[in-house]
Amino acid sequence: MIFLELFLTFFKIGAFTIGGGYAMLPLIQQEVLNHGWIELESLVNFIAVAESTPGPVAVNMATYVGAIVAGDAYGGAWGVLGSAVATLGTVLPSFLIILIVAKFYQKFQQSFAVKGCMSGLKPCVVGLIGAAVLSIGGSVLFPAGLSLAVFTDMNLYISLAIFALCAVLAFKKVNPILIICLSAAIGIATGYLL
Amino acid sequence: MKNKLNLLWQLFFAFFKIGAFTFGGGYAMIPLIQREVVENKKWTTDDEILEMIAIAESTPGPIAINMATFIGTRTAGFIGAACATFGVVLPSFLIILPISYVLKEFQELQAVQFAFNGIRAGVLALLLKSLWTMYKKCPKGLVSYLLMGAAFLITAFLDVPVLVVLIGCALVGLITSYVTKRREQV
Repeated sequence: MIFLELFLTFFKIGAFTIGGGYAMLPLIQQEVLNHGWIELESLVNFIAVAESTPGPVAVNMATYVGAIVAGDAYGGAWGVLGSAVATLGTVLPSFLIILIVAKFYQKFQQSFAVKGCMSGLKPCVVGLIGAAVLSIGGSVLFPAGLSLAVFTDMNLYISLAIFALCAVLAFKKVNPILIICLSAAIGIATGYLL
Repeated sequence: MKNKLNLLWQLFFAFFKIGAFTFGGGYAMIPLIQREVVENKKWTTDDEILEMIAIAESTPGPIAINMATFIGTRTAGFIGAACATFGVVLPSFLIILPISYVLKEFQELQAVQFAFNGIRAGVLALLLKSLWTMYKKCPKGLVSYLLMGAAFLITAFLDVPVLVVLIGCALVGLITSYVTKRREQV
């Protein structure tokens, strides 16, 4: 029963990866290859798509794998159901765990132990976001790695200009959705013009 | 009853927007959550968002789902959690499903590539702004700055799992609070 198998596999992936979507990618890859569902090449290609379309990367992967696997087995329309069960599997563990945590957290939020841990965790999260800014910054501005050649590459200056404009707008409290739409439009315009 | 339904719809729609405009997963959604959930709806504060990220990072599952479930529960209980989570997942589902049938053609679309190049630079700018607001909300002090720096350096330059960094910082926070409390009592 392919639908049950999809659900259980993605439930396992959702339940055992700590640290968000990117931590799931290796496990998704391993499970999908072990089941012989999709070849490595198509899967790697799809990771690029999952990153360039909106939404959590893990959910995008689950939707895709579910659609392909069920679609291959029973025909295209069944792909919708395959996507649904795979996505439900990925989401359910987080959902159940956070439901419990959120209930208890309200009770213990003011306790000494929780406050103590949080006093260390808050600066930690700021550091983690800082590290994310650095790594995303590196991949946006220097996608091919650092070398002297990047300074003659037009793309660097286009990215820098989009970044600078969006940063000004972001600090002026322009709606993030508008900023994302604008950055996409500039990306398309400069891509075709230059 | 009508108010409750309205609140559930608002939860669903806010997270639908967040899901539809988060590119690159995880941290990229923080600016959107701040805008929709903190500034617009005032369901929670930047300070609590920091706590939720810490919890989301130390529990299994995608951060986006964890945050949606958490904020949904806080705002309207179990059904609220279900609405927020469904909202954040639905855009992916609606977008990826058609793409999976025309994957090859989609990947070769030049416009998609160009748009994504621009979006990544935009997301970087938004995330920088979030980093700044989060920094302002964070407790200040020597230990705080040290933890911030250590977490940044370790995650950016060493191959240490994030969970280990989080547990380490939580322990340091707990011990420091304990020591301060003891000192105050003496």
